[in-house]
Amino acid sequence: MTATAGTSAPPRARTAQAPAVRRPRRVAVLPTTALVLGALYCIVPTLWILVAATKSRTKLFSTDTYTPSFDLGIVRNIRDLSHYQGGIFWHWMLNSFFYAAVGGLLASFVSAATGYALAKYEFRGRSALFNTILAGVLLPQIVLAVPQYLLLSKVGLTDSLIGVLLPQLFNPYGIYLCKIYAQSAVPDSLLEAGRIDGAGEGRLFLSVGLRLMGPGLVTVFLLQFIAIWNNFLLPYVMLTSDDKFPLTVGLYSLLRHGAAEASLYSLVITGTLLSVLPVIALFLSLQRFWRIDLVTGALK
Amino acid sequence: MARTTTNRRRTGGFPYLLVLPAVTLFAAFVVAPGGYALLLSFQRRKVNGGLLGGGTHTVFAGLANYRDVLGDSQLWSGVLRMLALGAVTVPATVLFALLFAVLLDLERTRLKRVTRLTIFLPYAVPGVIASLMWGFLYLPATSPIGGDHVDFFGQVAVYFSVGNVAVWGAVGFNMIVIYTALRALPPELFESARLDGASERQIVLRIKVPMVMPAVVMCTLFTVLAALQVFNEPNTLKPLSNAVSSTWVPLMKIYDDAFGNSDIYSAAATSVVLTAAALAVSFVTARIVSSRVQQEAA
Repeated sequence: MTATAGTSAPPRARTAQAPAVRRPRRVAVLPTTALVLGALYCIVPTLWILVAATKSRTKLFSTDTYTPSFDLGIVRNIRDLSHYQGGIFWHWMLNSFFYAAVGGLLASFVSAATGYALAKYEFRGRSALFNTILAGVLLPQIVLAVPQYLLLSKVGLTDSLIGVLLPQLFNPYGIYLCKIYAQSAVPDSLLEAGRIDGAGEGRLFLSVGLRLMGPGLVTVFLLQFIAIWNNFLLPYVMLTSDDKFPLTVGLYSLLRHGAAEASLYSLVITGTLLSVLPVIALFLSLQRFWRIDLVTGALK
Repeated sequence: MARTTTNRRRTGGFPYLLVLPAVTLFAAFVVAPGGYALLLSFQRRKVNGGLLGGGTHTVFAGLANYRDVLGDSQLWSGVLRMLALGAVTVPATVLFALLFAVLLDLERTRLKRVTRLTIFLPYAVPGVIASLMWGFLYLPATSPIGGDHVDFFGQVAVYFSVGNVAVWGAVGFNMIVIYTALRALPPELFESARLDGASERQIVLRIKVPMVMPAVVMCTLFTVLAALQVFNEPNTLKPLSNAVSSTWVPLMKIYDDAFGNSDIYSAAATSVVLTAAALAVSFVTARIVSSRVQQEAA
């Protein structure tokens, strides 16, 4: 602390917990308005879907689009959707969670192991591997879906859970983040101390490395969870049997049938609403685990 | 460095064991499909002569597939549409993300928490689902935003309609990335500028924005990469409107070749061309922007 600390203005409040020492007097009206407009823009489609889902299929196209319907249309819509092809919608929901959770976990573990090795060991081919991974960040992954399908159809792995999961486990950006995080979060001295105490390299990785990388790994997991949850093209080309579809492919197929049969639109709308709600809930509850500073800190 | 050399002696094969899964996955799902697509792109199917019965076999085709693909006007109109779409989505996403991040960072702004979360939420909504939601907002029969008066799928409007879905999904995440970078700046920086009489606007434009340029650059790069691979939004809006054809953007053309026309050889050649082009564009973008950032930092 320097002597001028007392006379200079107090520093900005950095976190929500630390209130500003000198409360600003006026509200910045224009910036606040702009942010509220941005938030409205982001929430309106979801709100409208909520309103539309309350309407029965006949009312969807006839009544005023803004007013919700209170005749329990939403109950009927959910029931119709749950009965559609023997409740296949809930299958899609479970599949999406399965792909995203299992894929996210495995991908995080693979990224952690690779990032830890790149950060903590000197080995032949290390810099070649790291450069390949850096280039991999720039790789157009989505374009690869069709070649991946062509190859996997050669070995008979298409239309299987594995065919959707495996291609999504290699995540160069996740590896990169893990390397950066391992460099700062896992001190060499601790590993050395462990070695002197006779711990094997495997144990050091599992009980020291992984544990210290934990907070960063949660972010890598969440990023990959969302990436798999949002993915469409890969499962779309890989899968033909509809009981293996994730939500994205399932609702898309429902929409395509709906183009011929407009009564399916209310099912699509209800399905869209039901698919948005759980992930928003999950997202809000996991909010405090997000470490986006890791994403930007990786630049330094 | 002395420590790391002893490490190497003591640790033996363990680092290789650690990187084995990633290297295997990279080989199996990046290198092998790429190589296989390359192989297919030099082949084509030939129908056998009729006397000995039907059947087909594959033959070496040289560069014929590439000649056909590059001479295909459908692909080039797709590329043009992709560029037009990117001209909407990339600047809109990055500029709005930067604007919202800067506004969130101002001291006198209110409702920060709720607006920040709400703008971030679309990130967790898949592009397909987002396109479904916006699609019904655009559709004349269900539109609450005047779709019966305005043609959201008009010749020019369709680019803004499709682009809007992509921007809606991407602004929030990029905003958080830039906002986090802003919060990490040392506050002393602005304090002294403020003491020197700099206005809040000057501080934003002269200090804050230049200092978070690396984060803005990263956002731009990822947005460009996404724009080159655009597929979900137009493909989902296709059943709702005739304005979007089945070969509307390059990736839809690849899909249409492979599954609509069962011509995997053309699809492979187009995939190779698009992958190479996307890699080249993202490398060049990364190179240009990183050198500019270094210049500004110097």
